[in-house]
Amino acid sequence: MNIHEYQAKQVLKAYGAPVAEGVAIFTADEAEAAAKALPGPLWVVKSQIHAGGRGKGKFKELGPDAKGGVRLAFSLDEVKAHAAEMLGNTLVTKQTGPAGKVVNRLYIEDGADIERELYLSILVDRTCGRVAFVVSTEGGMDIEAVAEETPEKIHNLPIDPSTGVTEADAAKLCDALELTGAAREDGMKLFPVLYTAFIEKDMSLLEVNPLIVMKDGRLRVLDAKVSFDGNALFRHDDIMALRDETEEDAKEIEASKHDLAYVALDGDIGCMVNGAGLAMATMDIIKLYGAEPANFLDVGGGASKEKVTAAFKIITSDPNVKGILVNIFGGIMRCDVIAEGVVAAVKDVGLQVPLVVRLEGTNVELGKKIINESGLNVIAADDLDDAAQKIVKAVKEAA
Amino acid sequence: MSILVNKDTKVIVQGLTGKTGTFHTEQALEYYGTKMVAGVHPKKGGETWSSGMESAAELPIFASVGEARDATGADASVIYVPPAGAGAAIIEAIDAEVPFIVCITEGIPVADMVKVKARLEKSNSRLLGPNCPGILTPEECKIGIMPGSIFKKGSVGVVSRSGTLTYEAVFQTTNAGLGQTTAVGIGGDPVKGTEFIDVLEMFLADDETQSIIMIGEIGGSAEEEAAQFLKDEAKKGRKKPMAGFIAGRTAPPGRTMGHAGAVISGGKGGAEDKIAAMEEAGIRVSPSPAKLGETLLEVLKG
Repeated sequence: MNIHEYQAKQVLKAYGAPVAEGVAIFTADEAEAAAKALPGPLWVVKSQIHAGGRGKGKFKELGPDAKGGVRLAFSLDEVKAHAAEMLGNTLVTKQTGPAGKVVNRLYIEDGADIERELYLSILVDRTCGRVAFVVSTEGGMDIEAVAEETPEKIHNLPIDPSTGVTEADAAKLCDALELTGAAREDGMKLFPVLYTAFIEKDMSLLEVNPLIVMKDGRLRVLDAKVSFDGNALFRHDDIMALRDETEEDAKEIEASKHDLAYVALDGDIGCMVNGAGLAMATMDIIKLYGAEPANFLDVGGGASKEKVTAAFKIITSDPNVKGILVNIFGGIMRCDVIAEGVVAAVKDVGLQVPLVVRLEGTNVELGKKIINESGLNVIAADDLDDAAQKIVKAVKEAA
Repeated sequence: MSILVNKDTKVIVQGLTGKTGTFHTEQALEYYGTKMVAGVHPKKGGETWSSGMESAAELPIFASVGEARDATGADASVIYVPPAGAGAAIIEAIDAEVPFIVCITEGIPVADMVKVKARLEKSNSRLLGPNCPGILTPEECKIGIMPGSIFKKGSVGVVSRSGTLTYEAVFQTTNAGLGQTTAVGIGGDPVKGTEFIDVLEMFLADDETQSIIMIGEIGGSAEEEAAQFLKDEAKKGRKKPMAGFIAGRTAPPGRTMGHAGAVISGGKGGAEDKIAAMEEAGIRVSPSPAKLGETLLEVLKG
């Protein structure tokens, strides 16, 4: 689960990390009061969306010369003008896709005098199975580009879970970031604090880009991006309360209510599959035969008839879907349960597009019988290859 | 031969008394009489578990893994404990020095697995999973949730990050007449116990395993590391015919595709890099998940 920058900063501030003063607003009317609550004379007005690249992003509704999603303001009037222009408009960044994201919240923040911009992130390093710091002196820019062009400028430091961040670890990070004087003192305190926040809140990513050294020599967390491990949210009600559903796809929210793993995609063939690997492979094989999948959907190992029905309804609610492929290899999942769920869903919502069903594994004969006797217009397939070819063909013919 | 488990493997079940544990224990008992020897439940020690099957098998329940192991001499433990307690269940099995621990549970917090991994490194236990379908040696032993009916005793070693794609590989090699020595699901989580390399090493060393199918997916770099391992071993003359598949060619970057570990992040973990690395290591990578058996037959024909 992702949260907004201002929420991330509140979480980090509670652990003692140095962040600027700031106020989040939802309407332009609140802009002046927010700015007045801050010292000035420089303010930063930041779009709050769950996507990076905001500074270089462009608003769809504004002209090409209009400023981006993060703006400086030198007066209260400027803060107000920016807020009025940004709120409610659609910001397109390299991470949002061409559709962009509507800016519903702004964060008005106290400005900072920047001396140097650094990069810091904490994540789980899968190779060693430990939480690791990734730092670079090349902050404020796209870290993937830095990794590509100058990999020697990126430093990786895995942390031993039994000790946490030791003095020696913190010193190594300070060295890698070339911190001296007050900034080094701040760093020695900051790195263990960020690690503690990461562990205690079950984060999956904490990215500070940039971490800045200010003109006065102190460190500050200038931007913060935090994602949480969805599997650990059950033990963090405080974090769950920060969820912003307007940032998520409506179909994905509906799917999560039914405990279905669903990801909306741009294609036109809806898929319902059991197992994450097989669900990805089903998308791949659709593409292999020249079409595009409309979604990833894993109904899971032990889905009930109701869950299958819900999954089918989510797929058919997508107006882009021109055909549906159900691909089940029953292990724990019984084919008859899938068949009953599909039949029930079709009776409920109707079937306007071609449907190909491939069933294999546990209770396959019973599943096929239920489908055959339902009187539904279902195209049966023998194996995955056959199923993919049949749905691609059916969608092309219907077009 | 087979790897890791055989007809003599004695298995205890952590989470036996739940619905999932009960169902799969019954299935295991019915699969060539897999030696399920005991269950563990902290509050039900001393009770007896009865299956709902015709054979009406009964298993003793112990209050801890340690007690269960002492009483039965078990070689392995399988864990069906819900995610919030599964990390602790693995650590209990490590502390009881169970040699082989298989964790089926999906959805364990990564931080819990980081703790498990640190404990594992200081122990002699091997962990398979979590978030995996388990392991099956045809006609001998079934630990986990794989459907026994699709297996056939034979010569192919199967290793996979995905459960249902393991079934595809097994089913297709059965239909191709090859059969399997052992199928191992290593699981879809980012931090786990056994990795591809560990299993590949065992398959290379196993005389009966004449060929190998390896199924990976997007996320992380385990496939690339495995490919490097295979290249290094091939230089020493250790090499077996292999076919492979990588799921997630069409997955968008930054999105987690069902498995917690299946995500392309920071420009890394994409399918194309993995396919290239595997092909460079001599694995014939099938573009279609429906042609794993066929592809392996082609490789075997030379």
